[in-house]
Amino acid sequence: MVPEVGHFALILALFFSFALVVLPLLGASSGNRLLMLSGRSLSYGLFVMVSISFACLVYAFVTDDFSVAYAASHSNSLLPIYYKVSAVWGGHEGSLLLWVMMLAGWTLAIAIFSGSLPLPVQARVLAVMGFISIGFLLFMLLTSNPFDRVLPIPPADGSDLNPLLQDIGLILHPPILYMGYVGFSATFAFAIAALLTGKLDSAWARWCRPWANTAWLFLTLGIALGSWWAYYELGWGGWWFWDPVENASFLPWLVGTALIHSLAVSEKRGLFKSWTILLAIFTFSLSLLGTFLVRSGVLTSVHAFANDPDRGVFILGFLLVVVGGSLALFALRAPVVKNAPSFKWTSRETLLLSNNVLLMIIMITVLLGTLYPLIADALNWGKISVGPPYFNLFFIPLMGIICVLMVLGPVSNWKRTDPKRFVRVLAKPWALSLVVGLLFPIFYAEGYSWLAALSVFIGGWVIIGSLGDMWSKMRSNKSLRQGYRQLGLSYKGMIVAHIGIGVTAIGVCLNSLYSDLRDVRMEVGQVVQIEDWGFRLEDVYRVEGPNYIADEALVTVKHKDRFYREMKPQKRRYLSGGNIMTEVALDPGLFRDLYVAMGEPVSENAWAMRVHFKPFVRWIWGGAVLMAIGAGMAVADRRYRRRKSAPKKAAV
Amino acid sequence: MHPARKQRLYFVLFIVIFSTVAIGLMAYALRANLSLFYGPAQVVSGQVPFDTRIRAGGCVVPGTVARDPDSLQVGFLITDGVANLQVYYTGILPDLFGEGEAAVVNGMVREDDGAFYASEVLAKHDEQYMPPEVAEAMKAYDGGEKSCEDMNYGT
Repeated sequence: MVPEVGHFALILALFFSFALVVLPLLGASSGNRLLMLSGRSLSYGLFVMVSISFACLVYAFVTDDFSVAYAASHSNSLLPIYYKVSAVWGGHEGSLLLWVMMLAGWTLAIAIFSGSLPLPVQARVLAVMGFISIGFLLFMLLTSNPFDRVLPIPPADGSDLNPLLQDIGLILHPPILYMGYVGFSATFAFAIAALLTGKLDSAWARWCRPWANTAWLFLTLGIALGSWWAYYELGWGGWWFWDPVENASFLPWLVGTALIHSLAVSEKRGLFKSWTILLAIFTFSLSLLGTFLVRSGVLTSVHAFANDPDRGVFILGFLLVVVGGSLALFALRAPVVKNAPSFKWTSRETLLLSNNVLLMIIMITVLLGTLYPLIADALNWGKISVGPPYFNLFFIPLMGIICVLMVLGPVSNWKRTDPKRFVRVLAKPWALSLVVGLLFPIFYAEGYSWLAALSVFIGGWVIIGSLGDMWSKMRSNKSLRQGYRQLGLSYKGMIVAHIGIGVTAIGVCLNSLYSDLRDVRMEVGQVVQIEDWGFRLEDVYRVEGPNYIADEALVTVKHKDRFYREMKPQKRRYLSGGNIMTEVALDPGLFRDLYVAMGEPVSENAWAMRVHFKPFVRWIWGGAVLMAIGAGMAVADRRYRRRKSAPKKAAV
Repeated sequence: MHPARKQRLYFVLFIVIFSTVAIGLMAYALRANLSLFYGPAQVVSGQVPFDTRIRAGGCVVPGTVARDPDSLQVGFLITDGVANLQVYYTGILPDLFGEGEAAVVNGMVREDDGAFYASEVLAKHDEQYMPPEVAEAMKAYDGGEKSCEDMNYGT
């Protein structure tokens, strides 16, 4: 009974979203206040219906209702309760429902928090959100209904969740990533609404910015979580593979990053308006592409599920409508630039423009490398894959240039900057980071690495330069404390996020340069020495877990001949399905991780083992956390709420 | 020429040159890092360039996985139902690698022995799943797509 309720609620949600598109748009074009206001109530209705539906699916999983086909293929009665809940989004159908749930949540948030918007704009924004819901709800109801039943004879037990996905990483990664993907639907809706109204002023950009920053926050965290999960769960010891699936989430991030920067120019200077709109459209289109590429089975990966031609056709159609429709609208309605306000080469506008250009180039190279195999396959040029060197070749140098320019941006002024200003503020940070960069390889390791010097220099430049800019802005005040208070929260957020980029950059480079990765044959009693660390395989024995049995290795680690700790990696065999899984043993640290994983038995008392020493690997995700915090600070800035609270006070 | 026009001309020229260079570089880099997929039959019949990075894939023939007890070298045969290809790999195999299961290998074919020396072995991700390129390589022959199913014993 409950699954039918869920299914029915989903159908009702579809009706709500149809109404959400039609009524407010009619109201906006005829000036009918009542119809425009209906958008808000319809958003509530949509959210309630989707929530009911989602709750029903969770209920089916928690109560082991294996007559629901989707639950039967993704859950098992032996699973702990938290994995049963997270198994809801462990497959294609459920993850789509999660997507729709998030979309309804964002629609609701817009309905609640956009009281300060002019009513026609609000009505149109909500209508666009409704339109996206229609697409996803139709997709689910027509091709991938999570509530389909296996009747009359349901299976006795479910076929279990893929053990790779039985992990805290999977509980968190998809919802947060989806929050990011879906979040960009808000800026997309704002962009389309602006095109429909034909009003594109700085107020529009100001409304957009908190939404774009929030979406970017979640997307950043989601990608970082995915990378962290791959690092400790897949047992390969890497954190980024340039796998198509990772690229799919990285593409919207790149354009989204360009978008939040170009929004700044649109708000403060009224420039790049059409470009900003275009970026908003691209970001969301790439989010859609990402969702579909990953979940449709076009790509070969852990994330991909069954192939179904109907789904492919629907997806292609929907993408075409969204991308084609919005681009056509853009072509018809994009604002015509009359007399462009001028700016000089040394202006902040130029720097932000170069940020955008560089990010777009990176995006295009990644997109090309990701889609080329698919295109080649479709055109019968053969089965092709693109290797990581291709991506690194473009990404690393371009990112380096971005990092160098990133520090100049906050220092510069709008319209034009006196070059002396750069020198005055940044000469010391430049010198300091240069010294740190040059000295680092001497003290860190034997053998001087120029690449390490360069990366510490560039990463340090981002961190020290950003702080230097903040320092110079604080100093212009009477006291430092007062100066600190006077800086806006969004400025501080930007500094934190930029520092995050610097931290991640250092982490990525030093990890790639100094990692010591050994895949070795180890006999019991044998020692593998990596620098000061000695790893000794003591024993391999059998252990039993709740739903698996495992071979566990006992490895003792010595640091400079002193006992440091024991590490116990496992090779698990899951009882249902017989999946084999590597459970990595990790010793995390701020400056290095120790990483031990089991391969397979090579002979009677020898095992293949992965013994890795990974310096600075935590910096990669730590930087991402800083970026997210920075974005959060920018969203929390009072500046974006002033307008709303003012009339409220008047009303009281 | 009017200075504003001149500036615009420079701007357009800059964009044209810059994008030409960028596209050229991209195409070059892409070509250098592409690897083509071949089925075992194509490799064995010699349609494959030697000492060039390629990708191959098929089903691991049960009973052919041989480990060298003194190193991490492992050898096995992959098949598409028509021909068997000898693959050598040094390192740790992925968890999902198994006899009678589909696998994709990256590496090159050596001229001296015609065997495939893999630098990377990828295995499928769950019981029902077969990498699309492997599935297609097998479909090319009669009954080839069943060759993985027939071999499912041992587990």
